[in-house]
Amino acid sequence: MKRFFGFVKKEFQHIFRDKRTLLILFGLPIVMIILFGFVVSTEIRDVKVGIWDRSMDQASIRATQKIFSSGYFVPAGYIDHEEEIGELFRSGKARVVVVFEEGFERNLLREDRAAINLIADASDANTAQLSLTYLQGVLMTYFQSVNQDVEMPWSVNMKSRMFYNEEMKGVYMFIPGLMALILVLISALMTSVTIAREKEFGTMELLLASPLKPREIILGKVTPYVLLSFVNAMTIVLLGFLVFDVPVRGSLWLLMLICMLYITLALSLGVLISTNVKTQQMAMFISLLGLMLPSILLSGFIFPIENMPKVLQWFSAIMPPRWFIVIVKNIMLKGTGFAFIWKETLILLGMTIFFILAAVKRFKIRLN
Amino acid sequence: MSLIIDQVDLSFGALQALKQVDFEVKDGELFGLIGPDGAGKSSLFRIMASLLIPDKGRCLMHGHDVVKDYRELRKIIGYMPGRFSLYMDLSVEENLAFYARVFGTNVKENYELIRDVYEQIAPFKKRLAGKLSGGMKQKLALSCALIHRPEVLILDEPTTGVDAVSRREFWDMLKKIQNEGITIVVSTPYMDEAEMCDRVGLIQKGKLLEITDPSKPYENDQAQLFSLKSEKGIYAYLDRIRNMEGCKQAWLFGDQLHVTLHSEEDATRVKAALDGWGDSSLEWLKITPSVEDRFMGLISNSEAL
Repeated sequence: MKRFFGFVKKEFQHIFRDKRTLLILFGLPIVMIILFGFVVSTEIRDVKVGIWDRSMDQASIRATQKIFSSGYFVPAGYIDHEEEIGELFRSGKARVVVVFEEGFERNLLREDRAAINLIADASDANTAQLSLTYLQGVLMTYFQSVNQDVEMPWSVNMKSRMFYNEEMKGVYMFIPGLMALILVLISALMTSVTIAREKEFGTMELLLASPLKPREIILGKVTPYVLLSFVNAMTIVLLGFLVFDVPVRGSLWLLMLICMLYITLALSLGVLISTNVKTQQMAMFISLLGLMLPSILLSGFIFPIENMPKVLQWFSAIMPPRWFIVIVKNIMLKGTGFAFIWKETLILLGMTIFFILAAVKRFKIRLN
Repeated sequence: MSLIIDQVDLSFGALQALKQVDFEVKDGELFGLIGPDGAGKSSLFRIMASLLIPDKGRCLMHGHDVVKDYRELRKIIGYMPGRFSLYMDLSVEENLAFYARVFGTNVKENYELIRDVYEQIAPFKKRLAGKLSGGMKQKLALSCALIHRPEVLILDEPTTGVDAVSRREFWDMLKKIQNEGITIVVSTPYMDEAEMCDRVGLIQKGKLLEITDPSKPYENDQAQLFSLKSEKGIYAYLDRIRNMEGCKQAWLFGDQLHVTLHSEEDATRVKAALDGWGDSSLEWLKITPSVEDRFMGLISNSEAL
């Protein structure tokens, strides 16, 4: 035990003495949360909308007012020619143009039907799609409220609600994903690099020639990072709550437990990587390319798994972050208990055991 | 016996690093292994430290086999690799404390043993190991290898890259450690350090050529050995001597040339030729061979083979 604590102390000395390590450890999570939270968002805000109102009657003017009072759109001015639509898009003055047909109100009252044409600049397809959805929503709500007192022969009244994320906040998606990403990054990358460093600097030779057992070396290396990663995980949850109002609806204890499991998994993966490389550079390369990219792209963090080709779906099944994200979303956003996440937890546990066994087996007690 | 190396073979792929190396080191002995770079010294030391497994043969350290009993063996050896292998980002005292703890002891317990070595670097104990000079690094590495009072100390080229004064000090320290009853096996590429050991083995291209006791003079079996000195500097004469008839070998030895000739007749002939060079400061003397002379002869013989 004395040997082990000696090792852990040495490891902490390495970490706190290296400014780069510290920066990655504590700067990276905070910067990433802020970046993803504020910059990358799936919400729309202040979309510029041009209006081509060919009737200029009460109904069309009211509808226009509704659009701009919704908070999502800002006016980009009126136009009165079709050619001007292209001009607005090309100059970037508007992203969407709303066209009211001639005699809009008259058609509405006499024929019970009137047409609005929504035209979007789809060179940015996501924003275009989102803007149109929002616009339709705004207009639908308005016309339904107008028609409230009118007796209709029949009508279907559709109302939608977004459960667990009523306001469709993008940050709700990013916090679990970021946790998965940052924990893999810090745990796996840092441990693989720090073990590779012992090899590169020749200090591993002395450790091997000492009475230290392989598990003492591995555990000694890993323990500081377990603690630091856990602090990081909690920082992310706290930042999410304080800055972006992301709630933890389920049990915080369960969340911590799952984080510990996931951290252990990432660390054992890091040790496994380090047993296969000789240099820090190689360790970093494998960790970044082999872990970070898949955990961003294939985990369901950004791109929905259901939309992927079948092969990639299978591939994503062996990505630990995929299961972790599901669990964290369940606990944080839906507030579910263990009964609903035991399958995913079991998968993570299985992966952890596999990686630990593989790492211990691959760890060499000699140089050849 | 502290160390038994029994017919050890080792190869890396096609390269045979050690060929039937076979020797023993007695308890409390200071044993030197001398040979040029790439002779196989480091590989042999790594086998002793249980870090490499020999292809053939056995290596026993205090009765512990390096393959089977490596756990026991790693407790009783102090190993100092050829490359500086301490933590550059830890201070002198932190490195020492770490290695003490790794071996389940503390600095206080065995301080007496390392006192002589460590006190020389103690003024810099707060300094990071990476910022020490070459000589100080070696002293720190030696302190770390000694801190658990090992029974056998294995030092792989401890004086390589260290200045002449520090090298001298280093060997004096080794003598003191030896007096504490610790067996020492040390390798070096420097021939002149051979004299400091109780016994010396010469290794070249993976083969142990000879083991000798440097304190005992050689019988002058080695034909004719002469030294040549000149106030004008001797380097310019090297090729001239080598091209002379009857010259078997000639090499630089400090500020002198050492020359071996085939026979006594050659000696008179060469002497006569030298007188004809017109350098009055030339000194030509017959000498008894040192270990170094002996090894130079052996190495060139084996190269001829």
